[in-house]
Amino acid sequence: MSVKLASRQVGDVTVIDAAGRITLGEGASAFRDMIRDLASKGNKKLLLNLGEVSYIDSSGIGEMVSGFTTVTNNGGQLKLVGLSKRVKDLLQITKLYTVFEVYDDEAEAVRSFH
Amino acid sequence: MEKTQTTLESTLESVDKAETLVVKEADKAGFDEDEQQQIGMAIRECMVNAVVHGNRYSKNKQVHLEIDRSKETLSIVIGDEGAGFDINSLPDPLAPENLLRQSGRGILLIKAFMDEFDLHPRPGGGTEVRLVKNIPKS
Repeated sequence: MSVKLASRQVGDVTVIDAAGRITLGEGASAFRDMIRDLASKGNKKLLLNLGEVSYIDSSGIGEMVSGFTTVTNNGGQLKLVGLSKRVKDLLQITKLYTVFEVYDDEAEAVRSFH
Repeated sequence: MEKTQTTLESTLESVDKAETLVVKEADKAGFDEDEQQQIGMAIRECMVNAVVHGNRYSKNKQVHLEIDRSKETLSIVIGDEGAGFDINSLPDPLAPENLLRQSGRGILLIKAFMDEFDLHPRPGGGTEVRLVKNIPKS
């Protein structure tokens, strides 16, 4: 299964629910397009819910970083929630834990924007 | 020793195919699910390098995959027919100034997930990588 993406509002925070595999090709492209689209529409508080993501490769990680840069350059914030152990391990290996704010709980993550 | 050899087209479908083939062998070798996924990811990263950066999706170039499974190790060789590659030209993806780069993390992940990683020129042209994962003793 490739990636499935949907967005929803929790107050003024836009939550992006991702599921499946974020890998080079369709998955990573769809992911990039969605973050850029939301950022271009003025959404400044983005929370990426990776709870249902089973697999991310280095291209998917690259798109997360690219999305982070896009949102930050627009004066916004992109944070992460619901990471599986495997995705957490990837962030540790790549030292991206030092870049992203990561939360286990969605309500806590939403509160952190205020 | 079980040996599998195949030649693949320079497409993203081949990346999936190689990953599936190797994960199947990793399962037979007795690796657990987490290890199988890590091995699969290392293969995916190598295959992407071969298809995208080595062969540049050329219809005239192939990717050569060889899997050897013994009692002690799972060994994989992936070769492309590209222009060659200098691993020392890659910026360190863990350097603070590179953390926000979009690409360049593939080899870091491969080294993290495999016990051995070796990259060298392929006889006849291109680049060949050899990956080894030691099989856990039961």
